[in-house]
Amino acid sequence: MTAPLDVSPGEGVAPPVSGGGVAIQGRSLSQIAWARLKRDRVAMAGLGVVVFLVLVAVFAPVIVGLLGHPPLEHHRSMVDATTQVPKGAFGGISTDFLFGVEPQNGRDIFSRVVYGARVSLLIAFLATLLSVVIGTVLGVIAGFMGGWVDTLISRAMDVFLAFPILVFAIALAGVVPDEALGLSGDALRIALLVFIIGFFNWPYIARIIRGQTLSLREREFVDAARSLGARTPYIVFRELLPNLMAPILIYATLLIPTNILFEAALSFLGVGVRPPTPTWGGMLADAVRYYTIPHFAIFPGLAIFLTVLAFNLFGDGLRDALDPRAR
Amino acid sequence: MKRKPTLATIALGAVLALGLSACGGGGTESSGGGSKPAEAKGSFNAALTAAFNPSTKKGGTLKFANPGEWDSLDPADTYYAYTWNFIRLYGRALVMFKSAPGPDGSTVVPDLAESLGKPSDDFKTWTYTLRKGLKYEDGSPITSKDVKYAVQRSIDRETFPNGPTYLNTMLNWPKDYKGPYKSKGADVDSAIETPDDHTIVFKLKQPYSGFDYLAQMPVTMPVPEAKDTGSKYQEHVISSGPYMFEKNEIGKGFSLVRNPHWGDDPNRPALPDRIEVQLKVNADDMDNRLLSGDIHVDVTGNGVSSAAQGRVLQDQNLKGGTDNVAQQRLWYTSVNPTVKPLDNIDCRKAVLYATDRAGYQAAFGGEFAGGEIATGLLPPTVPGFERFDLYPAGADNTGDLNKAKEHLAKCGQPNGFETNISYRAERPKEKATAEALQQALGRAGIKLTLKPYPQGDYFSLYAGKPSFVVENKLGLVINGWGSDYPDGYGFLQQIVDSRVIRPGGGSSNTSVRIPDVDALIDKSLTEPDAAKRLPIWAQIDKRVMEEAVILPGVWAKTLLVRGKGLTNVYASDSQQMYDYVGLGVQQ
Repeated sequence: MTAPLDVSPGEGVAPPVSGGGVAIQGRSLSQIAWARLKRDRVAMAGLGVVVFLVLVAVFAPVIVGLLGHPPLEHHRSMVDATTQVPKGAFGGISTDFLFGVEPQNGRDIFSRVVYGARVSLLIAFLATLLSVVIGTVLGVIAGFMGGWVDTLISRAMDVFLAFPILVFAIALAGVVPDEALGLSGDALRIALLVFIIGFFNWPYIARIIRGQTLSLREREFVDAARSLGARTPYIVFRELLPNLMAPILIYATLLIPTNILFEAALSFLGVGVRPPTPTWGGMLADAVRYYTIPHFAIFPGLAIFLTVLAFNLFGDGLRDALDPRAR
Repeated sequence: MKRKPTLATIALGAVLALGLSACGGGGTESSGGGSKPAEAKGSFNAALTAAFNPSTKKGGTLKFANPGEWDSLDPADTYYAYTWNFIRLYGRALVMFKSAPGPDGSTVVPDLAESLGKPSDDFKTWTYTLRKGLKYEDGSPITSKDVKYAVQRSIDRETFPNGPTYLNTMLNWPKDYKGPYKSKGADVDSAIETPDDHTIVFKLKQPYSGFDYLAQMPVTMPVPEAKDTGSKYQEHVISSGPYMFEKNEIGKGFSLVRNPHWGDDPNRPALPDRIEVQLKVNADDMDNRLLSGDIHVDVTGNGVSSAAQGRVLQDQNLKGGTDNVAQQRLWYTSVNPTVKPLDNIDCRKAVLYATDRAGYQAAFGGEFAGGEIATGLLPPTVPGFERFDLYPAGADNTGDLNKAKEHLAKCGQPNGFETNISYRAERPKEKATAEALQQALGRAGIKLTLKPYPQGDYFSLYAGKPSFVVENKLGLVINGWGSDYPDGYGFLQQIVDSRVIRPGGGSSNTSVRIPDVDALIDKSLTEPDAAKRLPIWAQIDKRVMEEAVILPGVWAKTLLVRGKGLTNVYASDSQQMYDYVGLGVQQ
């Protein structure tokens, strides 16, 4: 990127001008970024997959109603009673069962992968939101206030980053009772996972926000605002945060796939959302025993792979678009 | 799918080799065999009722492999079915299970002793007389004092945490007796007496007519006091059996060679010259190595992995080299009458009728790897078994929903009810069972919520603790039980006697509290005639099923691969796997 501003004809609708010709339209930063992003085909493909996955998760009941069977329904007639292996080629893949059936109980793998997207995406989005909120608040406070507050928060970040989070997650998920905080069943498990994953990932965001805040607060426009008598809240919300939106957006997008993987790992280890609710990690855990029936592991594995890849590609593209110098 | 060609090659190799080596053929085919080499393959289940490839030829090296480690080689400190099977190669207890195929293998025969135990009239004193002239591997004589010492040391649970505790609780030990290490020189004549070097007398607190079953346990294998090194004794156990330790690397493996001083033993053919055991062998690799003849036996007797099961059963050649051995183990679900609305017998009956038995069986791996659909508690190979079915589940065994709804109506819950089902989180088969029951009972409107708990504390803190069961509304508790010896008392007592339920938890019995059943158990303890004891077990079984407090799942079976090159292979009802005392190898 040599030219910081794109001067090719933009998408912006020209406002009515009194003169005859079309005036050159000034464009906002986000418009410029969107224009750059649109030209990045890889990132757009990633975005496409992400949008598709979100739609799949939201409309899971409709999709499964049209193309599959209820995700918990057993179809033992699809499984050979002696060997417990799905009948038919490739694990029983047919027009009726698009991804085949699970060994032993014959559950529809397609439906379970589709429903698995709900749990994975919901937990990943909410956990990311939690990390971003905590990380931004603490990062801005640390960067803006400096001094002992900064030291305190920075040391806390170091502690959190050094924490054996997986071990802690397993322990916590094991001891939490079946009913707590007025929640029970899947809702409680999802809330717990969101808390564990979100609460331990905030330092990654906070570090970046703190660094950005440190450099931004010394910039001229902040000095100018301050010399004009602006108070701290005004400076934080009006001067700093708008400039922090780009890094927040970028790192949130890149945190989502990490969180998806983390949720899958926890489900794989048996401390995620409880069976029989389908999750990708849980399906993989079940599939391990049947490594001779590869389709059982392939579809949930593929779902995790595609989702993580799509978010990463989109996140990278977003970073390039918002912050061309970072290339 | 890529694996297939390689496997087929291995299989073919294994089958060919079996053909070359198998003189006399399989048990079921041997009639016409003679000296002519048998057909290329043995037949499925050939080693269940008769010896496959029978032989009396001595020599060769028998190779065992274990995916894990022994709990201990010490006779006082071991408590696995396979270690009790194997230990008879280097130790002799007072009596033992006959090394014979099928039901005959459940007979108790004298081993160190000249005859079975002689009880007093009240069944509280049992006397055994040892054979004369028996010697240890170093040539020193075996005396009844060594047997007494072996039992004394076995009750020290701090030194030997793994062993069975029957003799700790049943013998009349002096108060606070803690074994020969901690209570040095204590007089234990109230529990065991040795009037001379060949006689040993056991004194029980309560009558027990089946004491021979306890006397066959490895804890009565003699240990010479002078050679005892406490917890280190397992590094070199002094052999009283046909084989003695040549080399023993704990955690890696060991080898046994013939014991030159072994004699006067009518029970053991002792065919191989040498026995080698490898520990920590990759479990995934085990099945392939068995088929290739690299090893002869998976010593644990756990059967093929679920990954290999499909391949073995689909391939007729491979299937012919396997045996489907019945276990004295029941996978079941407790139906807890302490949890509403299951306090009502009709609600419990509705659960039993609504169960999809075929689904239960599938969850455990189907007919071969899982087992037979159970209709009562006692497994078919336990003497006294009677077949009955109080809750017929229809021709396809998927349950009788009409009956279930009928009983739900009687119970006052015509639309069904909600309850929880617990299972051990680490056990995929139990998870699959919970999911299958959730589906099956859901058809009748009985909604189950799955509650996994860690298996380590499953009985002590969770599903086995009566107060926890009530507080967490665990209406159904997925459970399993196998007996230590093939006897109705050994199988039933721990799961149906209400007196084993402790408020502090720890019992497998969570649901059976029937006074009649407790009385029947007491009656069996003083019934001198073994034949008259048998109907009592069936009576208890029916009574428990009438109350619908146990939902039987499957009577377990395992699919064992008959190692290439083995001779004289048979599974016995007592060992529930190949009988290691009988095995030989082709040279």
